[in-house]
Amino acid sequence: MIDFEFEPQVRAQLKIYHAVAEGLMRPISREYDEREHEKPWQFFEAMWSASQSLGPAAGPEKSIAPEKGDGAAKLRNLYTCLSTEELCWGDAGLFLSIPNPGLGGAAVAAAGTPEQKDRFLRRFREGRPKWGAMAITEPGCGSDSAAITTTATRDGDEWVINGTKIFCTAGQMSAEKSEGFVVVWATLDRSAGRAGIKPFVVEHHTPGMTVTRVENKLGIRASDTAMIVFDNCRVPASNLLGSAEVKATGGFKDVMATFDATRPIVAAMAIGVGRAALDYVRDFLKDQKVPIRYGISPRRLTAVERDFMEMEVQLKAARLLTWRAAWMLDMGLRNSLEASMAKAKAGKAVTLITQKAVELLGPIGYSRKVLVEKWMRDAKINDIFEGTQQINLMIVARRILDYSSKELN
Amino acid sequence: MISFDLTEEQQMIRDTVVAFAAAEIRPAARAADETGAIPSALIEQAWELGLVRGVIPEKFGGYGDARSAVTGAIVAEELAFGDLSIAIHALAPRLIAFPVMEFGSDDQRGRILKDFAGDTFAAGTAALAEPRFDFDASALDTTAKPDGAGFILNGVKCCVPLASDSATILVFAASNRDAGFGGMDGFLLPRGTPGLTVSGREQNMGLKGLATYEMKLENCRVGRESRLGGDHGINFARIVGQSRVAAAAMAVGVAHAAYAYAKAYDKERKAFGVPIAAKQAIAFMLAEMAIEIDATRLLVWEAAACLDRGEDALTESYQARNYAAQSSMMVTDNAVQILGGHGYIREHPVEMFLRNARGFAVLEGIATV
Repeated sequence: MIDFEFEPQVRAQLKIYHAVAEGLMRPISREYDEREHEKPWQFFEAMWSASQSLGPAAGPEKSIAPEKGDGAAKLRNLYTCLSTEELCWGDAGLFLSIPNPGLGGAAVAAAGTPEQKDRFLRRFREGRPKWGAMAITEPGCGSDSAAITTTATRDGDEWVINGTKIFCTAGQMSAEKSEGFVVVWATLDRSAGRAGIKPFVVEHHTPGMTVTRVENKLGIRASDTAMIVFDNCRVPASNLLGSAEVKATGGFKDVMATFDATRPIVAAMAIGVGRAALDYVRDFLKDQKVPIRYGISPRRLTAVERDFMEMEVQLKAARLLTWRAAWMLDMGLRNSLEASMAKAKAGKAVTLITQKAVELLGPIGYSRKVLVEKWMRDAKINDIFEGTQQINLMIVARRILDYSSKELN
Repeated sequence: MISFDLTEEQQMIRDTVVAFAAAEIRPAARAADETGAIPSALIEQAWELGLVRGVIPEKFGGYGDARSAVTGAIVAEELAFGDLSIAIHALAPRLIAFPVMEFGSDDQRGRILKDFAGDTFAAGTAALAEPRFDFDASALDTTAKPDGAGFILNGVKCCVPLASDSATILVFAASNRDAGFGGMDGFLLPRGTPGLTVSGREQNMGLKGLATYEMKLENCRVGRESRLGGDHGINFARIVGQSRVAAAAMAVGVAHAAYAYAKAYDKERKAFGVPIAAKQAIAFMLAEMAIEIDATRLLVWEAAACLDRGEDALTESYQARNYAAQSSMMVTDNAVQILGGHGYIREHPVEMFLRNARGFAVLEGIATV
């Protein structure tokens, strides 16, 4: 039955996430936007210990899903979207910097053997804060990830990795500032195209892996975005995730499939940022005694009312598409189309919502005294990473038209 | 708990309506638009689906199926996928039957509902919209003044579907114009009530198959028993919410029709040696159309689910309706654009979809769930 309401238990859990966003993230939001490469260790420690106390392998979703009963517990992806929205309402940059297995962990979970999952993921249940990262993008290829030039060559019991990776989220924290790891994508055989590309786990502080640059960005400045150079970097043979067989399916495909899970999460991030801006504008207009009159003739609305209502409904539309994509995954349904729809819609909608928020507030919106201009800068990344707007439209188009990547490119 | 699943019953109803819209409604759409007439045999066929009678309680001669706004939205969307005029015509009896069912006194339900529980279609309608650019359902210009044993109604209504064929018309009027939705009432007016004039059929840019009328109420006296809901009156906000959800659902149907037609055309039509759908400029338009159709449908379902929980859904239905009015324009306009010159020719239906879609931002009270 169509139902878009949450049970009280979930709403209560969301309040806790909201309290974290409001109490721990908002107060340091501006500070770590301004001090771009400084790290909020106190916040890291707090988030780490919170995740530890929630038990083994606790992601945000574990604590939010009702323990038993009515099947709600299986809505893991949907609940992750909900907690993500709350935390990104707090601060999207800080959200991305929270110590956790990250996209590297997602790759291990998707493509690793049980032994590898235990070996690489157990560390997130003990000790000091740690990060995991994924390195795909290179200076010469982004969306076209099949064009990867980083190589892996077998030498005895080891793989030797050579190449340069960029735009690696939490790369510095994973490689050099904690006992984490980086999952790096490298080709065994360039002539084999995608089939030759395999994921390797490179442990923190492995000789030959160097963070050569941490980017200065438009927004999400609390999150580090690293360039990592692999120069004859040796990893044990057992750090290859999946099969070394070039012809074997899996590997690249498995991790591409993780996009089906991560795109709704990025959409939820966007929605959190958009909601932050919308809430601010709503309170501001109320304070200025500007009414928002739902229900009256659309021809009698002021320009401000129209803008605000448009922002509000666009955010809701994006949210519903996002929930649907996550819910489908939870139901075991193929959701590549819906995940890309959600990501394309949310990325664009929130980019426009936050831009409009700055405009509506005039010089107050443009001022760094309030966070609205920061949210506009933070929002933009959601229309870019995990597949740009255009890549997601391409995926939607291929799926609705039933075209292969050869037929529509 | 969150769910995007239709119930088995809803899926069954949808399958039935989808098949009917494809096999019977769409083939009749162009002729209805050109001639302004819908074959009565087609309306009878639609009647047999039980989309009105089914929901009427058994004691009034219906089947007693549960009424659900979500189900209503699904039905409205899929009928409108076939053709908007035919969809509104087929569902028009709901405009009076549903509010009577929900708010009518026992006497009113006994009197009115039996008309819509028969084996053949009976025209029914409600008069909500008024001919002014800033029409506002919460402040109607049509007034109802208490007078002795009844009321005196004055005002002008427009866009009233099937007004000249309906035995009774549900007229909405303000008992207290300054009290918002709470000040609005419904009155059951038999055709031929002195002071009630149904003027000639309206001529609109779209919805040309549907007979709609302007109506005048001049010192039109009605008895107390004609006030819908008796002394309790009605929850007019909820009625408006229901009508907006229905209109928004129909907008999704029209948009989907245009999108589906354009998509199929683009895979056939070749330019520069490939189907034009294989060009990014076209493919991206289609992708955005698909996203907006899904987004609109979810907004409609969200508002409908609110109604099904017993809420008025005033904000949700307003959002869904305005969003749908916009997105259906974007989608139908894109469909015409994508077909290029062919889209402008009446041989293809997309120009008709575009004309029909424009109505959603303008018309109120033409359907209900």
